[in-house]
Amino acid sequence: MKFDTPATTNPIDQLKVVGKGYTRIDGPMKTTGTAPYAYERHDVVDNPAYGYVLGSAIAKGKITSMDLDAAKGAPGVIIIVTADNAGKLGKGKLNTAHLLGGPAIEHYHQAVALVVAQTFEQARSAAALIRVSYQEDQGTYDLAAAKNIAPVAKDEPDAKSATSVGDFAGAFAAAPVKLDATYTTPDHSHSMMEPFASMAAWTGNKVTIWTSNQLIHSSTEDVAATLNLPNDNVRLISPFIGGGFGGKLFIRSDVILAALGARAAGQPVKVTLQRPLIPNNTTHRASTIQRIRIGALADGHITAIGHEGWSGNLPEGRPETAVMQTRLLYAGANRMTATRLATLDLPEGNAMRAPGEAPGLMALEIAMDEIADKLGMDPVQFRILNDTQVDPEKPSRPYSRRALVECLKMGADKFGWAKRGAPGKTVDGRWLVGMGMAAGFRNSMVKKSGAKVYLDGKGDITVETDMTDIGTGTYTILAQTAAEMMGVGLHQVVVRLGDSTYPVSPGSGGQFGASNSTSGVYAACLKLREAVAQKLGFKSDDTMFADGRVTSGSRSAALADAAGEVGLQAEDAIEYGDLDKKYQESTFAGHFVEAAVNSYTGEIRVRRMLAVCAAGRILNPKTARSQVIGAMTMGVGAALMEELAVDTRRGFFVNHDLAGYEVPVHADIPHQDVIFLDETDPIANPMKAKGVGELGLCGVAAAVANAVYNATGVRVRDYPITLDKYLTRLPAVA
Amino acid sequence: MTKHDIEVTRRGVLATGAATAAVLAVQAAYAQPIVPLASLPSAKVSLVVNGHNEDLTLDTRTTLLDALREHLHLTGTKKGCDHGQCGACTVMVNGRRINSCLTLAVMHQGDKVTTIEGLGTPEQLHPMQAAFIKHDGYQCGYCTPGQICSAVAVLAEIKADIPSHVTGDLLPHASFSADEVRERMSGNICRCGAYSNILDAITEVSGETA
Amino acid sequence: MKPFTYERATSASAAAAAAADNPGAKFIAGGTNLLDLMKLQIEAPSHLIDVNGLDLDKIEPTQDGGLRIGALVRNTDLAADKRVRKDYGLLSRALLAGASGQLRNKATTAGNLLQRTRCPYFYDTNQPCNKRQPGSGCSAIGGVTRQLAVIGSSDACIATNPSDMAVAMRALDAMVETIDPAGAARRIPVADFHRLPGDTPQVETALQPGELITAVTLPKPVGGKQIYHKVRDRASYAFALISVAAVVQPDGSGRVAVGGVAHKPWRVEAAEGEMPHGAKAVAEKLLAGAKPTDENAFKLPLVERTLAAVLAEARA
Repeated sequence: MKFDTPATTNPIDQLKVVGKGYTRIDGPMKTTGTAPYAYERHDVVDNPAYGYVLGSAIAKGKITSMDLDAAKGAPGVIIIVTADNAGKLGKGKLNTAHLLGGPAIEHYHQAVALVVAQTFEQARSAAALIRVSYQEDQGTYDLAAAKNIAPVAKDEPDAKSATSVGDFAGAFAAAPVKLDATYTTPDHSHSMMEPFASMAAWTGNKVTIWTSNQLIHSSTEDVAATLNLPNDNVRLISPFIGGGFGGKLFIRSDVILAALGARAAGQPVKVTLQRPLIPNNTTHRASTIQRIRIGALADGHITAIGHEGWSGNLPEGRPETAVMQTRLLYAGANRMTATRLATLDLPEGNAMRAPGEAPGLMALEIAMDEIADKLGMDPVQFRILNDTQVDPEKPSRPYSRRALVECLKMGADKFGWAKRGAPGKTVDGRWLVGMGMAAGFRNSMVKKSGAKVYLDGKGDITVETDMTDIGTGTYTILAQTAAEMMGVGLHQVVVRLGDSTYPVSPGSGGQFGASNSTSGVYAACLKLREAVAQKLGFKSDDTMFADGRVTSGSRSAALADAAGEVGLQAEDAIEYGDLDKKYQESTFAGHFVEAAVNSYTGEIRVRRMLAVCAAGRILNPKTARSQVIGAMTMGVGAALMEELAVDTRRGFFVNHDLAGYEVPVHADIPHQDVIFLDETDPIANPMKAKGVGELGLCGVAAAVANAVYNATGVRVRDYPITLDKYLTRLPAVA
Repeated sequence: MTKHDIEVTRRGVLATGAATAAVLAVQAAYAQPIVPLASLPSAKVSLVVNGHNEDLTLDTRTTLLDALREHLHLTGTKKGCDHGQCGACTVMVNGRRINSCLTLAVMHQGDKVTTIEGLGTPEQLHPMQAAFIKHDGYQCGYCTPGQICSAVAVLAEIKADIPSHVTGDLLPHASFSADEVRERMSGNICRCGAYSNILDAITEVSGETA
Repeated sequence: MKPFTYERATSASAAAAAAADNPGAKFIAGGTNLLDLMKLQIEAPSHLIDVNGLDLDKIEPTQDGGLRIGALVRNTDLAADKRVRKDYGLLSRALLAGASGQLRNKATTAGNLLQRTRCPYFYDTNQPCNKRQPGSGCSAIGGVTRQLAVIGSSDACIATNPSDMAVAMRALDAMVETIDPAGAARRIPVADFHRLPGDTPQVETALQPGELITAVTLPKPVGGKQIYHKVRDRASYAFALISVAAVVQPDGSGRVAVGGVAHKPWRVEAAEGEMPHGAKAVAEKLLAGAKPTDENAFKLPLVERTLAAVLAEARA
């Protein structure tokens, strides 16, 4: 169905199933260890061989020779795949560097060989016997050093890399109150708990790959492109994904090497990327340098706002678009943004949860705090004053729904914001205590999404789509959607996901998964309702589906009766008109944090967190809340500890495991509160819903940073906020 | 409890001035002596896994984790890092939680191993499993079996009077609190960030008010 | 991981003798550090001697009023022992500040003393490291050094010792008991047990080939307030940036050892005379001659401020 006019009343509005906080339908499997992840599919492949990946020891250059003899002769070794024997490989549309390196090496730990052996222990051991000689080339690894020669990035399809409205320079120069500050965010690792893993099995020239992937359709195409196969010869299956956060939007070396290894070995092969390989072998969120200039009148109105961002990537890679939210978030007549991109020879930078906005708001929302401070204004009031209900670059274009002000007001009220003291003035024993807040903002994207629904003779519904559940709750909200549409109980719906033979969805990314994939199921269910009505001889436009029955006027039948012996099925997709061009569709949050800083040691403890979110209809408040608290947790990581440390001499991330790259542990995270505003967005889609999975992250780190400032009176502009950056600026202790 | 065997086995020369173009012969530590082996050392081990006797003949290098996942097909125990840095592989051995990735299967002759499969099934959930479902104490599910095994063990550790880093006074019997659970569960990383819900689940099972 | 043969030791002396007979052998107990390193082929024994079955897992009083801790006592059990909690709270605190509950359940007293550095360059087998491959160079120098040593380091190595337990043991004047392949026992003060890197950073302890730790003894309780303050980037399950282990007596005198700053637990007895004069005076003497990098220079004020926190807590 084409969604090109705002939604009116529809079956979802009944809210008998949708909008309720059901526990996850996949919960019993996940909590008992019976949900099968990619490397565990003993049920589909009996006795696979094991692959082990060898990563490049240099960041840039070429392999001059490889001595495989010892490895080939090691016990249990079946075959070794390298660029020499892999045949000509293509490259996926969404990959920047090649997934199998050699002779050219594009980044550190780029895969250069796969050892296939009968056991994991044998493969690992043999990989250690491979001797590789390299010629190392000079690389560029330091963003700060490359910054001054970084050109403006190529325009993105929907976003120009340099924008200008009004007279930014003139207005900024004339502004009575000004901020001109530079912020940095480091490289981040997704660090999902399930390592990248794939198992491949060939039948003739067709390959089936059980893998862990967020975006089945494009990944299937990218496997085909890399292996030079027709798309139809590749099947990806990914029903359970142990976290992705953007890292599994793309195929990585495990996928291609499992396929190459299985083809060469003549038997199924499974490969998991060993944890210490992952940060350099796969993708990461690229570090940024961001300069923000804000000019305001003495009454607090912003007159000029400018945001420039620098990041680096491999040749042909894309920038981290950290300036994008600044085009939309606050009012102000004179504006500019610029995204500049340096060429670096570090591993590939790519999407990680809320690409662009996550690092962008880390900087912008400190800047807003800083200028509010200069203005002597409360930062909540300052943001409310500069709210806009229209696209500030194009005032004729309104927001579909924008409840940022409500989020901020409610958050301030619930959090006790009025009790916030002056910077450095609230003391609790040996702790300095402060509160901080930030706005959260993330766009809501519309994407075509398909689904197929079946009705069987028991009146049960089965949903199939290549959509994925990466912990987001997709299984449950799709089941809720189908149950609502077909008038059945949640337990009567089976959802099948993550198979490239199912109808195409946009996958899990950009917080577009929930709203679009449920809308796709909505569309397919509308078709199935028509088929049911037709089968029963009912008029389709007044037919009601409830409690397992179908009713039209005075006529009524069991839904199961319409199925007949063979059942009924329907397939459709949601497609969109131009509403997202006429309206700006976004999600909003107010993030509030209380932090305590040890006055002696500078150790930081986050004490309280609250997010108030406005994101249209919340399809399942339990799973949506989990998305938000999880994102808030990641925000604490970004604020306080997460950083891939770059060795700028050798060109690699040094702390490339889960001991070195610290993510928050349980003791770092306090109780978290989440409030969803009760709203719908009929302009967004028939579900009237938008996403929350990235909104929950956007702004959190800045709220923590602002709380640390409020606690200590010391401003840190370089993330993560570790004590080495402010310890000596804290008051002296005896 | 070890000895220094200095391994000078490097055969190549690594250029240390990596900033300039240099020819680099790399074996790195992938340069241990190459020992041709007619057959790989293996050993027999008998384990009691979830109440079942399991007799295995394993390559001595097989970790308890890989014995469970690859040999016994008990894949509920997860491999997240294989280096003791995440806790996804947590199982209980003789009633104590450990990282099954950092122990060899052959070191567990006669030991009683309890994995997530031994706690409950989808049809017959352990109270901790049910509480995790009720409180949505997970998202992607990959760290979940380890979290649940750890949670069950944490309650037992408090009962057994084992103190923790956040215990205020070391002398009284260990007691339950939210901060105690947070600290004791910190060896189980959840990148999805379900901690706040995990605490709620454990608190419910403990019967305490955090 | 290289293939290895495996045996279960039947006695401490037999284990030591077996190790001496087999130059590729290593003892394994908890395995939490050794297996980690074997998977990365940083350690590559050809034979493992499993000592877990030995009768070395008791905590017993000594004749002079101290405690004798068997080499195989697990970190959890040592930290939870009532006598340790009462009289050697510093040791309990240090143990509980380390690793995770799971790891402490496996890790042993002796193994904790022997854990190797967490220097990221030591852990990356593509990078030169004098500790891993003597003579290959130190790639940490000039690299990412935020976590690394600020004192007692050399041109060959700037790694730190990662143990929390050892810092407390150092402050408590523990003694390491061993048995050698000939069956002879000896006692090594923990102060002499760990070495500074010098030109041979691969030699980390005073142990001789085949020598097996059998116990660690603690002298009779020293009383005082015992405080272990570990500072790290996250609240738990992380190695120290620095840590301070202190025993503070009512008159202000006491002992201080510091972790996270050197290749061994760092204690300078002469600095302890300054304890009544406050943290600054102690830190100046304790860290005299420090050679930090730009990245880890913060450890010097951090030690001082953490010591100030500890002294304030002791006064409270």
